[in-house]
Amino acid sequence: MADTDGKNGGQSQQAPPGNGKRSTLAALLEDSRAIRQRAIEEIKALRQPQKTVLWKSILRVKHDETPRSRALGVLTNVFLHLHPAKINRDAVRYSYTWGMGGISFYLYIVLAFTGTLLMFYYHPSKVVAFRDILYLEHDVPFGKLLRNMHRWAAHLMVITVELHMFRVFLTGSYKAPRQFNWVVGVILLVLTLLLSFTGYLLPDDQLGFWAVTVGTNMARATPLLGHDGPFGPQLGMTPFNDVRFGLLGGSIVDANALLRAYIWHCIAIPIIASTFMIVHFWRVRKDGGISGPAPVTLASEIKEPRKI
Amino acid sequence: MPAPSVEPADAVERQSAQKPRLIDALRTLFSKPREPEPERDVISRRRRFVTASVLGFLGVNFLMFLRFFFPRALFEPKTTFKIGYPSDFGFGVDTRFQSKYRIWVVRNTEGIFVIYAVCTHLGCTPDWKPSENKFKCPCHGSGYDSEGINFEGPAPRPMDRAHVELDADGQIVVDLSRLYKWPKGERSQFNDPGAIIRV
Repeated sequence: MADTDGKNGGQSQQAPPGNGKRSTLAALLEDSRAIRQRAIEEIKALRQPQKTVLWKSILRVKHDETPRSRALGVLTNVFLHLHPAKINRDAVRYSYTWGMGGISFYLYIVLAFTGTLLMFYYHPSKVVAFRDILYLEHDVPFGKLLRNMHRWAAHLMVITVELHMFRVFLTGSYKAPRQFNWVVGVILLVLTLLLSFTGYLLPDDQLGFWAVTVGTNMARATPLLGHDGPFGPQLGMTPFNDVRFGLLGGSIVDANALLRAYIWHCIAIPIIASTFMIVHFWRVRKDGGISGPAPVTLASEIKEPRKI
Repeated sequence: MPAPSVEPADAVERQSAQKPRLIDALRTLFSKPREPEPERDVISRRRRFVTASVLGFLGVNFLMFLRFFFPRALFEPKTTFKIGYPSDFGFGVDTRFQSKYRIWVVRNTEGIFVIYAVCTHLGCTPDWKPSENKFKCPCHGSGYDSEGINFEGPAPRPMDRAHVELDADGQIVVDLSRLYKWPKGERSQFNDPGAIIRV
């Protein structure tokens, strides 16, 4: 377009000065004809959008109906490249995987999204926290929906992560070479439970308050690091310097504890969990994809190679 | 390590060589290079110095990170307070300070003492049930009699009692930072001076 404009500009300048209205009119007509011609070409080009620069800049791969083109389409996409290019058909049966790992990740995304939205209305300080929950429940547009999505997804994620672990155990997928990923998975389970626990205090209601009271009192009995635990008092642990104190930011469940739970819940643990998830998914690929029964092709299944 | 079906003659020797031993690893880490060449010596010494510096820096940073989570100043309720005169309290359990100070004032034939309203199981506040004459914890069901002595549920010992004394005016001063306990199988501190006001 810029070229055309430049050309037209040049032409109008070239028109001899003082030659009257006629030459100006002719130049104008010529200009409009050129623009029309250009527009027709552009519209014709739109019939084949695959050939436009815009299209090619976004979709780099020629979309032929060939396996190679399909594979390239996946490989050149940042989101899809996590998928393996080839996969054992029997390993991805839902009756084999239950889809639990994928569902857990999906729930994690739902939780991250709804949680971020909840953060827009929630203040992690005493008195205000519970009021914000009531406000979210009763007045914020879709607040009740958001809060319940977050709550149910959280409960579901704990369940699906555990079922995923159970499936991996049943199918023996923790065995070599996947021992490393099993350990990463166990860490992810613990992080899921910690996310669930730290989120429990945030509404600052009776349920959460006493749950956190009980939970952190268990930390008092930590060996060496808790003031009620074995060898704790001998190492100089008191309610004011033990591991429980570090978790609560004080000797009682109060404003500091609420703020700490909030930061662990919204920032620290999600970052740690996301990092471990990246390793987990990467490791699935590096260990040979989803574990599964040895690929078997029955004689009856052998067909002529079909062109897709 | 999967054992090969047919073992070569030097299998045992190779296995012992493959199996990493801690002492070997330490020796490798801290020993000087085998061929002492002056230049190589200097380089490895420098490398050790840089590694030690980086690790030391990160280690100190980690300690600072941990220390950061332990505040010096706390903004928590005062643990010492006055609750009035002994004559204000009749026989039995008085719950008027439960929500304000988390204590119960109990008077029996021996005197007045203050129970710190924290379940000895996992720290919830039990409820006083006047009709059943007992404290019942809503969290896990521990039960205590009217003097805070546990008799049911998971509680391991009676509820702690706070230090009490009379000030110059004759008012009761409670100090929650000094608690008297009766751990299971140990001596009861409930008769120590300060655990009870004998009036």
